[in-house]
Amino acid sequence: MNPFLAAAVFIILAPVVGILITGLDRILTARMQGRVGPPVLQPWYDIRKLIQKKQVAVWGAQSFFIFCYLIFIIFTGALFFAGGDILLVIFAFTLAHVFLVLGAYVSFSPYAHIGAERELIQLMAVEPMIIIAAIGLYQVNDSFLIGEMADHPGMPILLLPGVFLGFIYILTFKLRKSPFDLATSHHAHQELVKGSTTEFSGRTLAMVELAHIYELVVMLGFIWLFFGANLILCALAIVVIMFLEILVDNCTSRVRWQDAMISAWFVTLVAGAGNIFALSIM
Amino acid sequence: MSYLQKSPWIIHYDASSCNGCDIEVLACLTPLYDVERFGILNTGNPKHADIFVITGGVNEINKEVVKNIYDQMPHPKVVVAVGICACSGGVFKECYNISGGVATVIPVDIYVPGCAARPESIIDGIVQALSILEQKRNSMKTGVEGTA
Repeated sequence: MNPFLAAAVFIILAPVVGILITGLDRILTARMQGRVGPPVLQPWYDIRKLIQKKQVAVWGAQSFFIFCYLIFIIFTGALFFAGGDILLVIFAFTLAHVFLVLGAYVSFSPYAHIGAERELIQLMAVEPMIIIAAIGLYQVNDSFLIGEMADHPGMPILLLPGVFLGFIYILTFKLRKSPFDLATSHHAHQELVKGSTTEFSGRTLAMVELAHIYELVVMLGFIWLFFGANLILCALAIVVIMFLEILVDNCTSRVRWQDAMISAWFVTLVAGAGNIFALSIM
Repeated sequence: MSYLQKSPWIIHYDASSCNGCDIEVLACLTPLYDVERFGILNTGNPKHADIFVITGGVNEINKEVVKNIYDQMPHPKVVVAVGICACSGGVFKECYNISGGVATVIPVDIYVPGCAARPESIIDGIVQALSILEQKRNSMKTGVEGTA
């Protein structure tokens, strides 16, 4: 596929896919709690409503930073699905989150500040595993180009089970699900109000929601790389993984940031780095 | 039906209520009533909220808090006073420290009486608030700010 066409398809279709997955997530969460839940398109209604609200911002700079967050998340995804270099994708992904943290730091709200600090802690917990995933995929494919990884005839997961496991572990951070929803949560009444998104309202919050939806599709794209050309198996894996994420989200309470970070690094070191080491001596 | 009516997010504040109405407000979120069916979420954050659900007669100390929460909510917004204390002060009306209803502090759009207000009537009040929310949005669009 033409890289520009693939990027355009991502920019247009990712919100559709992301909103459907998020909507189904909310219904499944409600069913697990014995409720009926909102319509599938509820995330779309939420975003449209937020755009209609009046903008309230103590400091205008936060809208700029959040706009950069959205743009860089879209850039990350476009680069990913255009088959670009995975290292560049990871750098753009991190940069996008730095903008989110800056946006949260703009106001003087203590809730947003602690949320921003926890956002940084989450980045620290997650980054090593994402880089190890890139190294592992390089070892299997002999290339950092996602375009070439996608054409892998076999299944990289067979050689990278530890890396895959570690990646699933940090996926909980990235999807902002319990027990690792430290910075901000989908559920109300936590000690940080809404954490890093406390001070955002109206259009700015809509941009954050949209960026999360793009981010979800990018993360699922990473899972796809572990399955190469086996798209059916990949789709099945995504369904199982999302189900488990939602189940864990509903059964666990949030852990302290120390436990979150240390456990993430432990999994990264044992499963991720161990897998890479075993692969390199094989 | 506009998107505003499909996704009303509420903030709930207890302005010196006896907790009876608060428990009924939270009961609306439980599996039996499940207001998330209508896209209603309890945000706990005034900057994300569209509907201010307030219980209790408002005393001299939390007066400023109520005003502050109201001012932090972005337009369009509506206020739903839940329970007879929030409506008029109820049996506490004559108390030296009670202002006598939410309307003495901020403009109220919907009154839900009852002691304690039933979850059914609270949901009914919120649904009625949605049409006022819509009116306020239309007047905001046409530039008549006074009513919003």
